[in-house]
Amino acid sequence: MESYFHDVAAILTSLVRGQEIHLSSFYGEDSDFVRMNQGRVRQAGAVAMRSLTVDLIRGRRHASGSVSLSGDLELDRMRIARLVEDLRERSAVVPEDPFLLYATEPHSSARRSENRLPGGGEALEEIQCAARGRDLVGIYAAGDIYCGFANTLGQRNWYANSSYNLDWSFVRSADRAVTANYAGFEWKREELQRKVDAALAELELLSRPARTIPPGRYRVYLAPAALSDFLGLLGWGGFGLRAHRSKTTPLLRMIEQGQRLHPSVRLVENTRAGLAPDFQEEGFLRPDQVPLIEGGAYRECLASPRSAAEYGVPTNGAFAAEMPQSLEVGAGSVPRADVLRQLGKGIYIGNVWYLNYSDRVACRTTGMTRFATFWVENGALQAPLDVMRFDETIYRMLGENLVGLTAEREWILDPSTYSRRSTVTTYVPGALIEDFRLTS
Amino acid sequence: MWEDVERRFRENAPAVEHCSLRLVEEREEHLSVRRGVLETVSSSLDVGAMVSVVDDGGMGYAATSDLTASGLRHAVDRALAWARETRGRGLVDPARLIRAPQVGEYASVVRIPWDSVPLGDKIDLLRAQSERLKRDRRIEDWEAGLWFTAKETLLVSAGGGCLRQRFHHLLPTLSASANEGAETQTRTFGGHAYCRQGGLEVLEETGFGEAPARIAAEALELLYARNCPSGMMDLLLAPDQMILQIHESIGHPLELDRILGDERNYAGRSFVTLDMFGRYRYGSELLNVTFDPTRHGELASYAFDDEGDPATREEIIREGILLRPLGGRVSQVRSGIRGVASARASSWNRPPIDRMANLNLEAGGSTLDEMIAGIERGVYMKTNCSWSIDDSRNKFQFGCEWARLIENGRLTEVVKNPNYRGISATFWRGLKAVGDADTVDVLGTPYCGKGEPNQAIAVGHASPPCVFADVDVFGGA
Repeated sequence: MESYFHDVAAILTSLVRGQEIHLSSFYGEDSDFVRMNQGRVRQAGAVAMRSLTVDLIRGRRHASGSVSLSGDLELDRMRIARLVEDLRERSAVVPEDPFLLYATEPHSSARRSENRLPGGGEALEEIQCAARGRDLVGIYAAGDIYCGFANTLGQRNWYANSSYNLDWSFVRSADRAVTANYAGFEWKREELQRKVDAALAELELLSRPARTIPPGRYRVYLAPAALSDFLGLLGWGGFGLRAHRSKTTPLLRMIEQGQRLHPSVRLVENTRAGLAPDFQEEGFLRPDQVPLIEGGAYRECLASPRSAAEYGVPTNGAFAAEMPQSLEVGAGSVPRADVLRQLGKGIYIGNVWYLNYSDRVACRTTGMTRFATFWVENGALQAPLDVMRFDETIYRMLGENLVGLTAEREWILDPSTYSRRSTVTTYVPGALIEDFRLTS
Repeated sequence: MWEDVERRFRENAPAVEHCSLRLVEEREEHLSVRRGVLETVSSSLDVGAMVSVVDDGGMGYAATSDLTASGLRHAVDRALAWARETRGRGLVDPARLIRAPQVGEYASVVRIPWDSVPLGDKIDLLRAQSERLKRDRRIEDWEAGLWFTAKETLLVSAGGGCLRQRFHHLLPTLSASANEGAETQTRTFGGHAYCRQGGLEVLEETGFGEAPARIAAEALELLYARNCPSGMMDLLLAPDQMILQIHESIGHPLELDRILGDERNYAGRSFVTLDMFGRYRYGSELLNVTFDPTRHGELASYAFDDEGDPATREEIIREGILLRPLGGRVSQVRSGIRGVASARASSWNRPPIDRMANLNLEAGGSTLDEMIAGIERGVYMKTNCSWSIDDSRNKFQFGCEWARLIENGRLTEVVKNPNYRGISATFWRGLKAVGDADTVDVLGTPYCGKGEPNQAIAVGHASPPCVFADVDVFGGA
């Protein structure tokens, strides 16, 4: 695939004229998807896709377009030529773009990956074997992902990974369910079985009679997956330069009023440690790390080239959406083994669901508990809890009411597959929080 | 191209119980002027096909952007391989899913084609709209945009079926964010829900041209408004909030694949169970809901779903009683319950699952003035901006951009950050007034997310404003 990408780049080079510049991003995917319900297959299949996005620039006028590719170079040469011609016509019509910014110093790079994945049928057999006839529902997504960047300056960036992501739930009855994930690069039957056994053990806890609690403020523990979801919501506008400067960020009070989170809160966009490509669509390399919040105070924004040009600051190679791709939260000092004892009496929240803002300016979020959520007393899990709604500000949760973060952190590989398989990761601890508001 | 791909498919189709090809070509253009500056003009042409096979108790698919003869042969081989791997492991006997081949066509009605207006004119329109939005120094961020989609699908089966459908969608957007210190309030053009099938005539039909001044003025007004008060009160919802209410607390819970458990790891289950159809009181007698892919101009109109079933208008809820679910052929076979032609795929690279299409709340008999006059203490909310609902689609909390109090039958003070909570199973029983035909607005969203692998798809909702009794309302922090 890498040589095909270089051939596509050569075609582009042959198509641009005179002072024209092209910025071109390639995406490819060869994936297997197996959707399961009740431990059986609902839908299974494969997806092979290739596409190319080209931004054609003449002076400060430009237009961008993308086209599907077949993988057959002769056919693709015609498609790319049509695209370039179309962009040439469009860019002649549009006005000059004052915020156009792209890399002008070439920095080529390559990140390759060996495919150590099992065949789809083999993986399916091992999943069904490990689940032992339980009500397993979820998806196995696996295969190769390819990204490339090429420009007129001869810059070439290549990224390939071969990964799998088994994202599933075991259901006991109705909303009595646990969710689990097994993701990585090298499939190991023993590791899968360990994850399955751990999920089944948790499922056993859900056999106890459920407890219902009244709305109010509770001491809670947010497991890493739950905290990750809060940060995922915050990622929509919370860290982007455009949202900050246009005053639409949910962290407006940190910018305008100097509001702070707890001093132990440290958030970093850690590209070096994450799974996402380290280059972006205008050809800039993304720095190893961008500190977003340090000591509870706001530090830097994710600045895409366009926003950087608009607001007159340097870009740090963020994608256009200015959302974290490889978010890392600093570890705390609470040993994971001591979480229940330190929680004492309260709620263990394994997962949350459907988060949104109930007051964006106040960074107040609402959502539901989901899957394994337990009432805890005397430092021990007592009973599963019926789902509850919370409505709480990030400032309180991760500010004055944060008791501590765990010393151990978990890698979470985003199982999202909208349009394409995600390469977003988070590396996040659990959080012990007091006075967390449950509303209904 | 279409004929060539169809021919290549028929030449390479294997001799199995069932083999079909679903070809999709989707062309999009995005134009946006933000803060008075044209954003990068972007377009896309996405073409690919999915081969599906049923063979000897197994079922598989393979999707590819390689539509050459060798590409399609490879896709057939991959689909056959998955059919072999799933033999005896499936949730349903695939032989029960095969239906007689269908032949037919559909095309959106387009009065002013997108391509009939030069790019420069469309940019000029958006620049003018952008200028109208920036009416005050406190408007910190503002945007006017157009998102055009032309989608063509061909579903052919080796057995002779051939369905060709052409869709044109337009989504016009406007937003204005007003800021003063640590307060920002945003108003949009219907929450980006004025999307319909058709051409540029949609702009006139939706009032796009006149909207900027109102949107900017309302954002500024909200900046100094107090928070929405808390309490139990009557709630009047405008159509651009009703569509979210219908979508989340009627549409999703009635998806048959969700009721059958397919979504329990992702989008969730449903509080609705199979035994409720035909007898369950979902809402008051004023509640009438239809599945209507035949409605002209609505976003998710079509003649056939993506499994090839003919689409017809069907009553889903009549006078408050739940009649049938939103489920396509596969779910109907699995459940033994009659559904609707609603198996849809977001693109060529995702398999069909149960979706909403157009799900509409039918008009009642009240004018807007009559509904307001009938409320002693309440609030009128417009334009969704926040949505959250539990995984069984029962407990919900929704928020709107704008609200105005209703006191003694009259609209009074504008308030900000309006939210309300409820439970689907009981909320609709509090429906106490439904707007008449003149108050109905035809809206939709291109972003309905569901499925594993994930799929975002366009759905339409038409609704009048409605009044609900005794709702738990509250404001911001």
